[in-house]
Amino acid sequence: MSNASSDSPPVFFCGVDVGASATKVVLLDGGGDIAGSDVRLSGVDYQETAEQALAEALAGAGLAREQVERTVATGYGRRNVGFADEVSTEIQCHGVGCYHWAQRAITVVDIGGQDNKVIRLAADGKRLDFKMNRKCAAGTGAFIEEIALRLALPLEQMEELAASTQRAVKLSSFCTVFAKTEILSHLRAGVPVAEIVRGAFLSVVQRVIEMDPLGGDVVLTGGVVAHNPTVGALLGERIGRPVIVPPQPQLTGALGAALIARRAV
Amino acid sequence: MAEERKSLIKKIGSTAAMNELMAEYFKELDQAANTHSAKVAWCTSVGPAELLRAFGFGVYFPENHGAMLGTSRLAPDLIPAANAVGYSPDICSYCTSDVGSYLQKNTPLTKAFGIKTVPRPDVLVYNTNQCRDVQDWFSFYQREFDVPLIGVETPRSVGEVKSEQVQDIVVQLKGLIPALEQVSSQKFDIDRLREVVASSYRCTLGWKKVLRAAENVPSPITFFDGTIHMGPAVVLRGDDRAIGYYETLHAELQQRIEQNNGAVDGEKLRFFWEGMPVWGKLRAHAELFAENRACVVASTYCNSWIFEPLAEPDPFLGMARAYTELFIVRSEAYKERYLEGMARDYRIDGFIYHDAKTCPNNSNNRYGLPGRLAQKLELPYVVFNGDLNDLRLYSEEQARTQFEALIEQVS
Repeated sequence: MSNASSDSPPVFFCGVDVGASATKVVLLDGGGDIAGSDVRLSGVDYQETAEQALAEALAGAGLAREQVERTVATGYGRRNVGFADEVSTEIQCHGVGCYHWAQRAITVVDIGGQDNKVIRLAADGKRLDFKMNRKCAAGTGAFIEEIALRLALPLEQMEELAASTQRAVKLSSFCTVFAKTEILSHLRAGVPVAEIVRGAFLSVVQRVIEMDPLGGDVVLTGGVVAHNPTVGALLGERIGRPVIVPPQPQLTGALGAALIARRAV
Repeated sequence: MAEERKSLIKKIGSTAAMNELMAEYFKELDQAANTHSAKVAWCTSVGPAELLRAFGFGVYFPENHGAMLGTSRLAPDLIPAANAVGYSPDICSYCTSDVGSYLQKNTPLTKAFGIKTVPRPDVLVYNTNQCRDVQDWFSFYQREFDVPLIGVETPRSVGEVKSEQVQDIVVQLKGLIPALEQVSSQKFDIDRLREVVASSYRCTLGWKKVLRAAENVPSPITFFDGTIHMGPAVVLRGDDRAIGYYETLHAELQQRIEQNNGAVDGEKLRFFWEGMPVWGKLRAHAELFAENRACVVASTYCNSWIFEPLAEPDPFLGMARAYTELFIVRSEAYKERYLEGMARDYRIDGFIYHDAKTCPNNSNNRYGLPGRLAQKLELPYVVFNGDLNDLRLYSEEQARTQFEALIEQVS
């Protein structure tokens, strides 16, 4: 831990997760509690977005930049974070972030904007193995974005619609373009839009189930579940037991990165 | 402006000698095709090259050309031309890039060796031990050049290689002789075949010694080096110059071992690569592992050009066994045992499986093997999606994240 004297300002640890869709920042205090955070779209300039996210998180927590002792960056844009002291993969950071909440053997499922991860952790938090989805939008946030576009719905309305019905159409195509064609058939047949949206969520869940048997306690993280809790409920239904969704599930990778930063000091 | 990073790849001094040898080989082929000083046979890379050399053919390997199309990154620009004439983007991207290269009249041989086109074939000879694609690939050229297409059909997913299977291949190999006699205008000479097979066997021993040098910790050579230095074992086996080259290379590796000079500085981790290389990303992959002090020490790919059964006194039996006992021809159970042995011999920390989209026969991750082996050996693994030549099927970021996550896991 830091050797800061009692009259110097307290130090903080920063985790930055530059994902394909969103950039997340978490600031941790010396005791491991979250002092500040920020989430924003990654955009096209990752370095600038990371800077803005950090500035916002610091302002929200009433902290000065100098108080950040160490920063770890993760996510696809991890190498674009100029102020990071270290980089770590999102596999590592999501594992560490989820274990922080669970403190037991878990299977982490992260559904991100562009990819999915399944990470198995032992009781002591050590990673046993991991898998990533194939290079395809199926089963990721990008799939939901594409379907929203096809249905001319704002993304924010998808959750409300999916939760409003218990009926869901079956979208069986792996290919997003084929799935959109399937949707056309359902629309022509007069299927209510809410059932199509719930079907799209179920399709995401189905692609995740196809990645791994998902044993033990399943912890679900990522932007998709953060904005669409119904995805978590559907995954629980399909595996026959509730899944655990940590507080602020979109921040888990950044939290893991901040915890790694804190551990290194 | 970003500072240019220094490469972490250690150059192998013998490379210059190999480049000279490969240039000689291609120029000889070019001359043979242009002056008709020798007939040219096109052969699949694990085909009966020894038999062709015994007839005096200049032997050209389209798969080697395929790999060059990959390393030169011409492939992604040429594959669409083959797709457009009906060759699916889902079939072997060696085949589609090579057909595209022919259609577009664009070959890396021009830049590398000043050669205008690939040497025109007088005969096309395949062995389906690797896949059916090679047969269909060569069929394209049969139609284009109107030359004989002959070959050997090998059984696949073979567990224990049975004598009747080997005998069948012997019969098929002998069945090629009349056509080869006709094209070459030469009578078959068993003594010449014995000489060529003996030379090929000595090349195998040399190449094996090179690959086995990687058992040393730290390894003096990486898988990525191996994919380049295997050139003579592929295209010049049966020619004594290949034997000489591997003696030179092995001496250099031995010196590295004596000086404790690993191919990767500060080698901390050792991995096994299963499946095809991503030819257009060899350098990037080599740098990534080196910067993490990880050495990919061995592979099924480079080991696929070790043909020890060529020691058989009967050259036909030797060739038949050598080309049927290959890893790629074998059953899942055999492959599992083979990889288990490799993990032990090379003292690896984990497996990297390349799921090459257009090469199902050389992507051995698709029937649960990685999970079974990981459980048995308690070694981690990663499966990444990519392709040998078609970079449109490869995601740099996904692959990098997966490699780095594997490294983190075992560090």
